[in-house]
Amino acid sequence: MSNAPSLPTETKPAPAPVEKIKVRVDGKEVEVPKTTPDPLSGRPLPTTMIQACNAARVDVPHYCYHPKLPVAGNCRMCLVEFGTAAVGQDRKPVLNPDGTSKISKSPRPAIACATPVSPGMEIYTNTPAVKQMREGVLEFLLINHPLDCPICDQAGECKLQEYSVEYGKSESRFVEPKVHKPKHVDLGPRIVLDDERCILCTRCIRFTKDVVGDDALGIVNRGSYNTLTAYPGKQFDNNYTLNTVDICPVGALTSKDFRFQMRVWFLKETKSLCTSCATGCNIIIGSREEKVYRYEPRENDAVNSSWMCDSGRLNYKWIGRADRLAKLQGPGSSAIGWSAALKEISEKLKQAAKGSTALIASARQTNEELYLLGKLAVKLGAMTDSVPRPGEADKLLLNADRNPNSLGARLTGISADPMGSNLPKIAEAIKSGRIKTLIVFGEDVTELGMSPDLLGMLQTLIVSDILPNATTRLAHYLLPGCAHAEKRGTFTQTKGRVQRFMKAVEPPGDARPEWEFLHELILNTTGQDGYASIEGLFNQMAGEVPAFKDLSWAGLGDSGVSIPI
Amino acid sequence: MIVKRKKLNFWERLYLPAIIGGFKVTIRHFFKKKVTMQYPEEKWVVPEGYRGAPYLVKDQEGRTKCVSCQLCEFVCPPKAIRIAPPGPGGSPEAGNVEKAPKEFEINMLRCIFCGFCQEVCPEEAIFLLKDYSLTGTSRQELIYDKEKLLALGGVHQDQIHKWKQKADEALAQGVAP
Ligand code: SF4
Ligand code: SF4
Ligand code: SF4
Ligand code: SF4
Ligand code: FES
Repeated sequence: MSNAPSLPTETKPAPAPVEKIKVRVDGKEVEVPKTTPDPLSGRPLPTTMIQACNAARVDVPHYCYHPKLPVAGNCRMCLVEFGTAAVGQDRKPVLNPDGTSKISKSPRPAIACATPVSPGMEIYTNTPAVKQMREGVLEFLLINHPLDCPICDQAGECKLQEYSVEYGKSESRFVEPKVHKPKHVDLGPRIVLDDERCILCTRCIRFTKDVVGDDALGIVNRGSYNTLTAYPGKQFDNNYTLNTVDICPVGALTSKDFRFQMRVWFLKETKSLCTSCATGCNIIIGSREEKVYRYEPRENDAVNSSWMCDSGRLNYKWIGRADRLAKLQGPGSSAIGWSAALKEISEKLKQAAKGSTALIASARQTNEELYLLGKLAVKLGAMTDSVPRPGEADKLLLNADRNPNSLGARLTGISADPMGSNLPKIAEAIKSGRIKTLIVFGEDVTELGMSPDLLGMLQTLIVSDILPNATTRLAHYLLPGCAHAEKRGTFTQTKGRVQRFMKAVEPPGDARPEWEFLHELILNTTGQDGYASIEGLFNQMAGEVPAFKDLSWAGLGDSGVSIPI
Repeated sequence: MIVKRKKLNFWERLYLPAIIGGFKVTIRHFFKKKVTMQYPEEKWVVPEGYRGAPYLVKDQEGRTKCVSCQLCEFVCPPKAIRIAPPGPGGSPEAGNVEKAPKEFEINMLRCIFCGFCQEVCPEEAIFLLKDYSLTGTSRQELIYDKEKLLALGGVHQDQIHKWKQKADEALAQGVAP
C-alpha cells in the first residue's frame, strides 16, 4: 500500500486497450473490461463482480466498498451468488445440448466487491438466498446499533436506514442489552465520532491512510467491542477529514460544523463549485430557506474525484453574514435605484477621457463578468488588472492560487501578466492625476498600495463588492454584488476546465448578480447590447473570446469542459 | 340543474297544524332537562382520543422528550411547526440527552389539529391534548413557543425511559453514558 497521496486523475497512465469479457448479471449480458485501473495507483486490477453489476445497472447493497478506495471486503453486505462456465476433465468447456456453455453454480456465495469476474460468469443478485444473506448481515449489524435515527445527523442519507427498510426486521431478536461504546468522541477539530453507530466498514481508515496519506485512524479491541479511534495522543486533523463524514455510510463520523444544524431532508441541493482555490472542486450546496448549511463534494473525476478539502468546505459562512452589502449607494452614501445609478455611472464613464479610467476586477469573478468588464475596459481604454491570492499548495487538491478564476481573468484579458503587476502602475497613475476614475470589483484596493488618501484624489470611485471593507466605504457608487451561491456563472479552473455553477439562495436586499448590471451598464455606456440571460451571455463570450471557442453553456454540462491552455 | 319547488298539498297549506306541531316541540323541551351549557364558564368535557392542540411533553425526570428530529415539522401539512435545531454545543445539565430543540414553535392559527405530528414523532414527545379553544389578542400570541408548549403539555407517564435506560446500561458496562 503506498502512502503517497494521489488522485486518479494525476496518476492514471495512458489507458491501454483492455481486453473485454462478457458476463451475465441476473440474466442480462454485459461486456466489462478484464481489468479496471486501481482508483489510487492506477495499476490494472481484475474487474470485480460489483463493477460488472454497476455496468449492468444492477444495484448491489454494500457498505465497505467505495469505488474510490481500496477494497476491504469486511462488511459482507454485497454477498451474491454466481456461477462460472463449467470445465470438463479434459479442461474443455462443457456445453449444453444447445451449444451454449454450461454454467456450474458455485455452492457458496461470494462478496461482489472483491471477487474478480471471469469470462462467461453469471451473477445472481436477486435469488432468495441472496435476500436471506442480506437480511442476516443486516441483523448482525443492528445487534448493537443504537438506532439513534431521530438524533443522528445521517438520518435521511444513511445506508443502514435504507437497507434496513429493504432487508431489515421490524423487531430485534436479541434480548441482551446492547454493547455501549464511547459517544461524541472528539476525534479532531472538525470531527465528532459516535462509536456506537460505527459499523466498522473501515472506509474512513482507508481514506485517510491511502488517499490523504495520514494514517490517523484505526480499530482497537475485539469482537463486539471493536472501536474506531484515532491513534493515541493524535488528533485527526488533516485538511481532508470531513470527507470521512461523507463516505461514512452511517452517522458515526459527523461534522462539528454541521452537527445538529439541520435535517438533511430539508436541504435543497444545488450543483456548484468551491471558490476557495483554483482547483475548482465540484460541490453541492445544501441550503434551506435562503441559508446555506453545508458544502459537500460532488464527483468529478477530471477535477476532484469525490473529495474536497476541509478549508474549502467550511468557507461558506460569509455568504449569509449580517453585514453583507445590501444597499445600493450613490454619491455621499445616498440611496439610489439601479437604473438611475447605472445611468449616472455610464454618463460619467462616457465623459471620461480615454485612458483616464482604471479597472481592477477580482479573479473571484466569473468568466462572464470578467468578459463584460473586459469589454468596458476596451471601450474606456482602461488599464486593468486583478489581484493574486497566493497560498500554500498541498499534494492532493489545494492549489497555491487561492483565486477560483485566475485563468479566466487571464483569458478574458483582465489580468496583467503576471497578475497584479499593473497594480503599482495604477496607483502611480492615480497619484500623477492621470487616472481619475477607478472601477473596483470585489477587492479591497486599500490593501494593494492605494491608500484612502490616494483614493480620495479620484473623481469617481465605482466599487462593487459583497462585504464591506475600506474601499467600499470610500466608494462614490457602491454596487452590491452576489456571492457565487446567489447567481449562475462559470469559472475556469487551474487546468483549464470551464465549469458552471448554479444559484442556491437569493441575494440580500438590492444586491444583484454582477453580470446582470454589467450588461446594462455596457449597453448604456457603449451602446452594445449583449444577452440578458446567462446562457446567451456565455455563448456570446464563447464566440468572442478565442480561448472559449466552441463552448456552449449547455455543452458544459454538470462536470465542465477542458480547454487547451 | 333546476330544482322544482315542491307543491304544498292541502294539509300543508292549512298552516296552523305546522304551527301547533312546532309549539309541541317547544313545550316538550321546556319541561325536559336543560342541555344548554354556560360556555366559557362551563366547559365541554371532550371524549377520549379527542384531537385538541398539540403540546410538547416532558418525561418523569423532567427532561424535554423532543430531540429536535424535525419530523413533525416535515410532516405538518399547513407548516405550523418551526423548530430551531440546537447546533453542535451540548449543555452540561442535559446529562446524556444528546439533543433537544433550541426553539420550537407551533403556530396555532395554522394548525389544523390533524395529529400527524403526534403520529410521526419517534420519541412520543408531542401529543394532541384536549385544549380546543385557544384565544389571543394578536397573531403573535398564538404562536406558542417551546416554554409555553412544554408548560401546557405537562409530564407524560412514559414507559420507555429512554435516556435513563441508556445511561444505566452504559454505566453497568463501565462506559461513560
Ligand atoms: S447511523 Fe443510520 S441507522 Fe444508525 S442512528 Fe444514524 S441514521 Fe439511524
Ligand atoms: S466510522 Fe463510519 S466509515 Fe469509519 S469504520 Fe465506522 S462506519 Fe465505517
Ligand atoms: S396537529 Fe397537524 S397541523 Fe397541527 S401541528 Fe401537528 S401536524 Fe401540524
Ligand atoms: S417529531 Fe417529536 S422528537 Fe421530532 S421534533 Fe417533533 S416533537 Fe420533537
Ligand atoms: S461491500 Fe463487499 S464486503 Fe463490504
